[in-house]
Parts: sequence; structure tokens; C-alpha cells
Amino acid sequence: MNRIGVFVCHCGSNIAAAVDVKQVAEALGREQNVVFSAEYQYMCSENGQKLIKNAVKENALTGIVVCSCSPRMHEATFRKTASEAGINPYMVEIANIREQCSWVHKDITAATSKAIILGRAAIAKVRFNEPLTVGESGVTKRALVIGGGIAGIQTALDIADAGYKVDIVEKKPTIGGKMAQLDKTFPTLDCAACILTPKMVEAARHENIKLYTYSEVEEVKGYVGNFSVKIRKKARYVRENLCSGCGACALKCPSRNSGNEFNTGLDKRGAIYIPFAQAIPNIPVIDAEHCIKFRTGKCGLCQMNCAAQAIDFSQKDEIIEEKYGAIVAATGFDIINLDKFGEYGYKTYPDVVTSLEFERIMNAAGPTKGHLERPSDGRQPKTLVFVQCVGSRDTSGRGKEYCSKICCMYTAKHAMLTREKYPDTDVYVFYIDVRAPGKNFDEFYRRAAEQYGVHYIKGMVGKIYDDGNGNLMVRGSDIIANEQLTIKADMVILAAAAKPDDSARSLGTMLTASMDTNDFFTEAHPKLRPVESPTAGVFLSGFCQGPKDIPETVAQAGAAAVKVIGLLSKDRLKSNPCVARSDSLICSGCSNCEKVCPFGAITYADARVNDGTGMETRRVAVVNEAVCHGCGACAAACPSGAMDLMGFTSKQIFAEVDAVCR
Amino acid sequence: MRIESDIILGKVKRLVSDGKADRVFAWKKGNFCYDTEPSLFTDNYVGFTYDDFCAANLCKFMINESKKDGKTLVLIKPCDSKGLALLEKEHRINRERIYALGVPCAGKIDMDKIRENGVKGVIGIEEEKENVSCNGDENLIIKTLYGDKIIPKKSVLYDKCLSCTDKEHVGCDEVFMPELSEDTYDGKKFEGVKKIENMPSDERFSFWRSQLSKCIRCNACRNVCPVCSCVKCIFDNDNSGIASKANSDDFEENLYHIIRAFHVCGRCVDCGECSRVCPEKIPLHLLNRKYIKDIKELYGYEKEPALLTFTKSDAEPSVIYERGEKNV
Ligand SMILES: Cc1cc2nc3c(=O)[nH]c(=O)nc-3n(C[C@H](O)[C@H](O)[C@H](O)COP(=O)(O)OP(=O)(O)OC[C@H]3O[C@@H](n4cnc5c(N)ncnc54)[C@H](O)[C@@H]3O)c2cc1C
Ligand code: SF4
Ligand code: SF4
Ligand code: SF4
Ligand code: SF4
Repeated sequence: MNRIGVFVCHCGSNIAAAVDVKQVAEALGREQNVVFSAEYQYMCSENGQKLIKNAVKENALTGIVVCSCSPRMHEATFRKTASEAGINPYMVEIANIREQCSWVHKDITAATSKAIILGRAAIAKVRFNEPLTVGESGVTKRALVIGGGIAGIQTALDIADAGYKVDIVEKKPTIGGKMAQLDKTFPTLDCAACILTPKMVEAARHENIKLYTYSEVEEVKGYVGNFSVKIRKKARYVRENLCSGCGACALKCPSRNSGNEFNTGLDKRGAIYIPFAQAIPNIPVIDAEHCIKFRTGKCGLCQMNCAAQAIDFSQKDEIIEEKYGAIVAATGFDIINLDKFGEYGYKTYPDVVTSLEFERIMNAAGPTKGHLERPSDGRQPKTLVFVQCVGSRDTSGRGKEYCSKICCMYTAKHAMLTREKYPDTDVYVFYIDVRAPGKNFDEFYRRAAEQYGVHYIKGMVGKIYDDGNGNLMVRGSDIIANEQLTIKADMVILAAAAKPDDSARSLGTMLTASMDTNDFFTEAHPKLRPVESPTAGVFLSGFCQGPKDIPETVAQAGAAAVKVIGLLSKDRLKSNPCVARSDSLICSGCSNCEKVCPFGAITYADARVNDGTGMETRRVAVVNEAVCHGCGACAAACPSGAMDLMGFTSKQIFAEVDAVCR
Repeated sequence: MRIESDIILGKVKRLVSDGKADRVFAWKKGNFCYDTEPSLFTDNYVGFTYDDFCAANLCKFMINESKKDGKTLVLIKPCDSKGLALLEKEHRINRERIYALGVPCAGKIDMDKIRENGVKGVIGIEEEKENVSCNGDENLIIKTLYGDKIIPKKSVLYDKCLSCTDKEHVGCDEVFMPELSEDTYDGKKFEGVKKIENMPSDERFSFWRSQLSKCIRCNACRNVCPVCSCVKCIFDNDNSGIASKANSDDFEENLYHIIRAFHVCGRCVDCGECSRVCPEKIPLHLLNRKYIKDIKELYGYEKEPALLTFTKSDAEPSVIYERGEKNV
């Protein structure tokens, strides 16, 4: 027999000013099964909760309806009150008469009758509530960080320093990411390698960190606290345990026509190579596609020259299986392909380069040893034109609609560094707006424009062409002077839009982590949970969540680490009992629910069932309660009504609708 | 060339003796030439027929047949094959225990339409020999106790055959003599739906009220539907809150159909069986076909299960509403 208590809250005047709370309490007191009804100033206060507890004891209540604010605010409070009073916390229903009533209505009579209806619906629902118990699961105390850029490195270091094991999976042969390729970094102009490499070394040396470089995540199974991940460690053809990192092999390799990725293809590397001097691990890798031995069966010079006998042409990819409690995506970014932007002539003219290429040209460890030389003829350019927003804030459909955020600043950096090292150059920057809203950012940009005499031109570049004498003609508009202008340039640098790494989408699918249309990982809440993915146990670090410079990346990386540490510090995880459940007597095994579940919580099993017509083996849906988020999509998709959401069963919802329509 | 029952039977027998199947699910002659019925043949083929009256879709029987040991050979018309494919996709049948033999179809004949033409005492049907065009425009010779009657074939085909747009089999193990299939499409598949869409809303409401109120809740439509294959239908589940029971008002029967339409929405294979079997001649297919049309027009889906497929570019409810409104 249901014995329901109704508790109507004034919320000071938040509710009481627009709703006649006395009348609500009286009206609801007359509802069937309601044996107690009262109103009070602040139900969530100590005294309010006491009132509820006493009422439960004195009236032997079996269910509680609180007419108050949104369940987002105090559902947890009142559930706790209920359990302290000795009834199951899930026997509490909240009628939201604040956000959905008093705050949005002015007419007291109308608002009061709406509050009564909302209360009635909650009473109708609570009649069908069933006691639910919170499940528990263990936590594997090890984290996985996918991507070994500055974001992944920082997150891993912070987790490791807190005493937890952490593995980094990096698809390239070395960790470091894009930052390793940069020259100096805005706004302080310290050298990227000087601040990054100590962190790389620390990551490699840390007793709690394990690096899987040249590796990719192949499969992710499980759920928060209990992920099981398959990692493909690609064959390097070099035995890591034997290699001393001397580099003799790379020197001897006769194959010399592979573009050097680290130098953005501006020079060549051998088929066996160490990406750069400070690479971690300092172990070469053979690019089988360009290796003469792999292509023709003859050569093996590297093998002959390796004193450590580390070269092993027969090495195979290795699959490693490991369990993790938390996973951090730190897959960073790439710059867009410029094929669709023919007007800039990037493919046609070697002296039209991207900003990332320019970083390498300016870098002392780069292909030109840091001398500003243009790719076509190695001459030092005298006039340089920088073009911002190439493919960013693009509404033509060829690029990205968003702002890549970092380009204004790095362009100012490039312009400034050029003028400082080569005062005899003329430097122009075409921009739509200069966006410099960060600590010391605007000052930085102004220094470029004012002290370093960089010519900033507000306008777009329409075309870059060759005047026939090997000069690049940059035609653009200056919208402040309201004129078209053509600049004769020796070199053009394009600030190409940044985009998430191409592998992000498939990784997102593996992690069942949601992504936006641009393939950036989405956060659980854009303001309040910026480093968590909506999928429990998956966290976000760095550029893969949205454009960020290094300071922001590092800050977010630390924040993600804190969330991971918080999770790993728990021994048991409590699970929400409001999860889906399928009735094996009714389930037809049609797979509809599996198709709509955004979290991959549903699998199928053969169940022995007897629905009265005889024993039978049937394929039935099984919900993994630890993975289920209780979204209810499956319950709506199930044609036979086998799937139901605990705490929100169809019966409860029909009862609410009936009560509202009464 | 006409499809001869004996040729089909010969093929079936060959397949069985080749060990492709242990039993056969097909049609059997009834007391009259026009009342064929689905039947299982285990040791002989007495009464076996495949003729102009074999309209029933056999695929749903495979739910139970495929639970048995061994293999069942089933005859599958082009329209039935879509149902069989769906049953397989939704894991409702054990496909390995079925040998689906696709059989050609030249359209099936609706006895009620013959009767509407005032023809009685039918004892058989033949095709006019002179006309061998095989494009569905030929005449039929209806043999009756009172002599022969000539009737244009298209005037007596089932509605579902007239809206059958292709005679392509999907997912059969083997298709036998597909060249004997004939195009029976009248080109007006969505005409009925459009007519209802163009009604003012009151008229549309009363149209459906009057149609659906004829329902005697025999459940034939549901039982024949290859999509309505739930182990336990919600209308049979006391716990669902919508199980069959004494009607509290006359709207309940109407809702039965609306709920059923929602359940088959995006899955209905448009086999037309529901309307064909309804003893009250309720045009149930119009409900399902309206969904098919909307899903195609608003979302562009034809093959995907519409309610289970989401893309960011799916039309927003407001757009649906706007476009829907134009039809009021
Ligand atoms: C031209 C240019 C100049 C810049 N200059 C500055 C500057 O001066 N100051 C500043 O603050 N910022 C600068 N930035 C921005 C800076 O590069 C980024 O903020 C920073 O690199 C982001 O770090 P990250 O770790 O998130 O991404 P990344 O550096 O891109 O690292 C991601 C790593 O993950 C790996 N990875 C990707 N996918 C997978 C996968 N599926 N599995 C395993 N591993 C994967 C990648 O190989 C990479 O190593 C500049 C950027 C550019 C393009
Ligand atoms: S409630 Fe949502 S998360 Fe849970 S099983 Fe159903 S669809 Fe998946
Ligand atoms: S949708 Fe329903 S019937 Fe189909 S598998 Fe899922 S629970 Fe079972
Ligand atoms: S609803 Fe009717 S037309 Fe659709 S699949 Fe079922 S029986 Fe065939
Ligand atoms: S076949 Fe016709 S009468 Fe029978 S339940 Fe269906 S609609 Fe009603």
C-alpha cells in the first residue's frame, strides 16, 4: 500500500511569490494515497529535512514528493534525507515548481494550478517507484593517455607524480607533438625545444610512465574504471632493447628520397631515421615503404653498420592488451590541406609556405640551420608577406568555420622574429582581425606592429601569382585605405587553419566519446566540465578539444590529470541505478536498442527462457549497467517494450501523463 | 510464358533430393481454386500449388520453422523477400536453417475484385493465348460454372501488386526463373497517401476515425505482418498498460493502429499484407506508406531504419512541422 508524503517548498519567495503554496499543499493532500502534506519555507534546510524525516517516521511513508526547485539542484539532498529517514532514496520524486513554474509565470492563480498539476504527476509517478540500489565496481589504477604532444606529456607527468601508473600511446616514432617542431614560442619567445625536451626526458624517465611510441590504439572495451585496450605497437624493425641510439644506421642508409616529416618535408631523410636529435625514445625506425631492403631484398647497410645488432627486418607489429581505469584523449591537431585554396598558389610556388614550414625554416635545428632562406633558390627573402586566416573563419565551405585561435599570435611572432634577425626585410601581414586576448598577448602584437615596424594590412589576399620574373605578386585589399594593392614579395607565409588530427574521429568512435561536426572532442559541459568527455572515464587534454596555444594546453592538461587522479584515487565507483534493463521474457533480440545506444552499453546473450510456452534459447539484449548512462534512447526504440529505464519506466511516465491530462 | 506450378514443384523436389532442405513451406490448394493457404510439406507434396492466388507472404512462418532442426525450403516472392531480409536483420530467424527459393511473380489475383465484376462460380483462371505481351496488360479468361469471362488482368490484381515497384528478389539463396516475373506497377504508389494529405484536417480525421472504427480487433494485420515479429507484442502484455482489454472508449481501437504504425515505422517493408488480410478492408497500408513517404521526403532515407539512424543534418522538428503544415 502506498503512503505518500507531499512537501511543498516556498524557496523563500522564489516559489511562494508566484504560487500559493498553502493551496498546493492542501490540494495535493487530497490526492489518493497521500497521507501527509505540508509546506515549508526552505525544504532543503536542516529544519526542512527534519520535517520530512519526522513525517516519514510518524506516518510510515513509503514515498516522498517534494515540490521544489529542479531536481538538478536538490534531488541528491532529498534522496539522502529519505535514506536517513529509513526509506529507499529512489522513492523520492521532485516536482519542479520553481524553474518550470514560479519563475516563468506571473499570474498566481494559473501558476498555482500548474504547480498542483506538476505535483499530481509526481504523485502518480511515485506510486510506481521501486526501491533501487546503487551498484559498485572496482577501479584499475592505471591511466592511458592517447597522444604524446605537450598535452599528453603534461597530463601523464601530473598523473604519474600523484603516484599512479600511466601509459602514453603516441602514433609517431617520438613523443613531443607539434611543439617539438616550433622555434620560439609566443608571448615570451622562449625556445620551444628548451622548455619541451626536459619534459620529454622526464616522461621517459618517470618510473610511473610507460611510453608506447609508434603505436596506436586498436580497440577499446569496457567502461569507466575498467577499460580494456588493445594497443598496436608497429614494427620499427629495430630492437629497442639492443639499440644504443648511436645513429650509425641512419648515416649509412643510401635511400634518400623520403620527405622528412619533422621538417615538414622541406628536406629529405633516410629510410631508417631518428626523427630529430632530441627524439624520445632515441631509437630509429625503418620506413618500410622507402627501404631498399624491403623493396628489393638487397641492401641491409644499416644492419651491417649496427654494432649493437639491433636491426631486425623480420619484426612484426605487436598487439599489447592492457587494462585502464581512465583514458585521456590528447591527439592534438594538424593543419588543413590547402589543395582547395588555389588562389594562394601553395602547390605551385615553392616560396609560398605554411607557418609550420616557416617554423622549421627559422629553427636552428631546421633544414636551413635557422637561416632565413627561401625554398626555391636558397636566397634570403627581402619582402615577406604573411597571410592570416587561410581557411579559418571560412564560410565558403572550403575551410573551417571556426577561428584557429593561434595564428594571429604566431604570425606576430614570426613577423617580429624576422624583423629582429633581419632588420633589412620588409614584412607585411594581411589580417581580418587581430585577436590577441590573452595575458601579454595584445602587448605582444602591438610590439610587432609598433616597435618592429611590421606592416599590418586589414584585408584579404585575393590572388598570388608569378610576374614572369620569378617574383611573387600578392594581390589583396586594404579595407582601411579602401584600395586594392599588389605587393612584390620574395616569400609568402600562409597561416593555414588548424584541424583535429585525422585519427580523432575513429578514436572517438572507439571511445564512444562524442565529437562536434569539426571532429573536435566535445566536453561534458562547455563551462562546468571542460576537460571531461560525456563518456564517463574519458577525459580531454589539449588541442583535440578545441584550438589552444601552449599555455592553455598545459593548463587543460593539468586539469584533465586532476580529474583522472580523482577517479583513480577511488577504490570503488558507485553507479547510477537509473539504468536500462531488458526483460528477457519479452525481448525479441532485434538489435534496435543496440543501434541507438550512444554509449555501446548493449550486447546480446543467449538466454534460456520459459515464458509459459516452453523452454527456449533466445537472443536477448543485456545492458552493461556500468556503461549505461540512463539516457533512455533504447527504451524508446524498443518496439516490444522489453527495454525499460529504471526510475523512469514507461509505466511511470504514462502515469505522469495521465495525471497531467486528467 | 506462364508460371507453371508443376515446374516450380519440379525445382522444389530437385532441391530437396539434392539435400538443400528437409521440408518445404509453400502453398496448398483449398476447396476452391482461389483459397490457397500456406502449408508445410514434410513427406509428400499433395495439394502443392503456386498460382495466381498464392498471395500470402510466407516469410513470417520462418520464425518458427527456423527453430526446428534441419532446413526448411521456403518459396519467396519478390515482395516477401524484403520481409525475410528484415527478419534476418533483426535476428528473428535463424537464416542458416532456411533455404529461400525466390519464385517469379506476375501479380496475384484478388477474388473480391473478380466478385465486384459480378463474376460468380469461379473454377479456374487462364491467360488469353493470343496476347503474349507479358507486360501485365493481358486479359484473363475466368472459367466459371456458367462459362468463360474475359477480364483485363490489371483490374483484378491485388492493390499491393499494383503498387509493387520492382520484382527484384533480395537475399534469397537462389532465384528461380526470374524472367517470368511481370511488371504490375500502376505508377500510383503514393496517390492514396497524397489524397489523404490533401484533405482538410477535419475530413482526414473523420476519414481515419470511420475507417479504423470498423476494426474488429481480430489481429490478422498484426499476425501477418513480417515486421510485427516481437516475441511478445505489447498488445498482449498486460504490463504494458495498452494490452487488449475491454475498450474504455471507441478511440482505443484507433490507437491500436496508430501505435502499430509507429512500431513498424521505418521498418515496414510495404508488402501490403496488412490491408490484404483485413476482413474489414481497412486501408492500413496507407498509414505505413505515409511514413515511408515522409521519411523519404524529409530525411532522405529509403533503406536505413529511419528511427535508428541519426545524422546531424536530419531535418529539425520545426522544419518537419512547416513542411507538414503545407499539406493541411
Ligand atoms: C605554426 C604554429 C606555431 C605555433 N606557435 C606557438 C607559440 O609560439 N606559442 C604557443 O603557445 N603555441 C603555439 N602553437 C600552438 C601549439 O603548437 C599547440 O598549442 C600545441 O602543440 C598543442 O599541443 P597538443 O599536445 O594538444 O597537440 P599536438 O602537439 O598536436 O600533439 C598531439 C600528439 O598526439 C599524437 N596523436 C594524434 N593522434 C593520435 C592517435 N590516434 N594515437 C596516438 N597518438 C596520436 C600526435 O602524433 C602528436 O604527437 C603553434 C602552432 C602552430 C601550428
Ligand atoms: S539507457 Fe541509453 S545508455 Fe543506457 S542502454 Fe539504453 S540507450 Fe544505452
Ligand atoms: S529493442 Fe527491445 S526487443 Fe529489440 S533487442 Fe532491444 S530490448 Fe530486445
Ligand atoms: S505493416 Fe503491413 S505493409 Fe508493412 S510490413 Fe507489415 S504487413 Fe507489410
Ligand atoms: S486485420 Fe483489420 S480488423 Fe483485424 S485487427 Fe487488423 S485492422 Fe482490425
